Amino acid sequence: MSIRNLFKIAEDRSQYPPLNSQGKIDVDLTSHKYLKMWHGPQHPGITGNMSLELTLLGDEIMDCETHVGYLHRGFEKLMERRKYIQCFPIVCRITVPEPDYNEYCFAAALEELSGIEIPETAVWIRTLVLEMARLQSYLMWMGGQAGAFGMGVIGQWANYCRDLVLDRFEELTGGRIYHMYIIPGGVRGLLPDGFEGRMEETLKTIEQYMVDIEKVMFNNAVFKKRSVGMGYIDPSWINQFGITGPNARGAGVPRDVRKDYPYLKYPELDFEPVVGKDSDIYTRADVRRRDLLLSIDLIRQILSKMPKSGDFKAPTPNVLHWKVAPGETYIRSECTRGEFGYYMVSDGTEYPRRINVRGPSYTHAVALLEKMIINANLADVAGLMTSLHTYPPEIER
Amino acid sequence: MISRLENIKQLYHIEQVVQQRHDLVLITVPKEYTVAVVTHLRDYEGFKHMVLLTAVDWIEQNKFQLTYILNNPEEKVDVAVRTMIDRDQATMASIHHLWEQAATYQRELREMFGINFPGSPRVDKPFMLEGWDNIPPYRRDFDTKKYSEETYFPRPGRETNDPKEYMKSKMYPDEH
Repeated sequence: MSIRNLFKIAEDRSQYPPLNSQGKIDVDLTSHKYLKMWHGPQHPGITGNMSLELTLLGDEIMDCETHVGYLHRGFEKLMERRKYIQCFPIVCRITVPEPDYNEYCFAAALEELSGIEIPETAVWIRTLVLEMARLQSYLMWMGGQAGAFGMGVIGQWANYCRDLVLDRFEELTGGRIYHMYIIPGGVRGLLPDGFEGRMEETLKTIEQYMVDIEKVMFNNAVFKKRSVGMGYIDPSWINQFGITGPNARGAGVPRDVRKDYPYLKYPELDFEPVVGKDSDIYTRADVRRRDLLLSIDLIRQILSKMPKSGDFKAPTPNVLHWKVAPGETYIRSECTRGEFGYYMVSDGTEYPRRINVRGPSYTHAVALLEKMIINANLADVAGLMTSLHTYPPEIER
Repeated sequence: MISRLENIKQLYHIEQVVQQRHDLVLITVPKEYTVAVVTHLRDYEGFKHMVLLTAVDWIEQNKFQLTYILNNPEEKVDVAVRTMIDRDQATMASIHHLWEQAATYQRELREMFGINFPGSPRVDKPFMLEGWDNIPPYRRDFDTKKYSEETYFPRPGRETNDPKEYMKSKMYPDEH
């Protein structure tokens, strides 16, 4: 019997409370049979500030409701009151661990509406920055996933590696977390001298650590026992719930924006989307680990193919008086969690009329998580959430 | 993509078609047909993946624009279905039966723009805001600056600059 059949939630619910006409259970808290529990917003196992309102029967979850709003800063509204150039310090704050996808999508949407072509060198550097962002975000996730199952050391190794990537970011852009390096028309500068050599050293170090992490985490009996078969995503849910990224690829659906809707220099790079088969926590973790290694390979390819000099910024109008032609567009890119997109509407003035951010967590952390978590064990909630790789800030932009 | 659009044109009245990119087409349809067009796109034209649902406030025309961006994963094309609804009686038919995540989008639109989607699950429950008694905050006539001046108080000794004037003085000092 395959793992998929073994761990599928049984159709037979005779041992569970009966469902009412809305497909939910009738919870009578005075019966002392059920317990309401808030998982978060302050909880080390939760990815960021969101909370789950759980209804428990014993230690099994009967019902779950996601609550967000603890981080709402109204980015989309703030951007409507600012000129396009003034939005750049805002967009990167939408997703903390990988701000570069925001910068790229915003810049690309602006350039499309204004009809600006960016120089070749800038396109290569943007591709490099996006892959570096992917690498460090996966490393941070690796620590979270291991930590959720009680392996603290992996988190220390992974975050050490992430810090090395942040060092490279610092010398390239001047900032460690928020870079504001991709600007309309191109990027802010060229690679510093000797960057390639130092990047190669960093990549080698990460590769060494990844060998250790594979041994210690992916061959760990406890991790395997708790993650194999847990958190199953049925391939039929992919379209129904809008699942993208590694969560979809773990179910064997090879959806990767880098391959399907080639942007920047991805058509010139040699890679295949990483897919898994069993669609459980373990498979998704393995997909992300292999995607991380793919990212290392892509950075090497980019550094060997890219021109090291040349124009890195196309001329743009005076940014303080820049009126963008009326129109609408949607730009997408592949971030570590799936499809990340910007929908931009311009009304011909100096201010954007509307900007909507499509974060993959919007679907993963609300509709999907609320379905997946039913009948899970309380102790597995943190691991399940981390395996969906959710970030609350992109839910409540 | 063109043949897909022709199929819809034969069935429904489409007011406007804009080819934004080779893989992105924006169409405008009347409010009455919107859910039918979206359902047709999903069931017969292969647009199975709902990318997003959002609203744009065109306060000058007293209209809300709803945008449904749908994606065809096989042909790798997108279509944005746009519809204009009345701003004063902002009500729209729900699509929560088509995609599971649509209810979340509709809940956000209800809270942030005040657009009602009758029948959508938990649509009246607060999503991000708690105890909000003002007008829906993402409407254009909601003044964020006025709200923050009324709600919060400035820290003494803190300098504030008008962002536009400050940037101008830093970037183009000669213009002053």
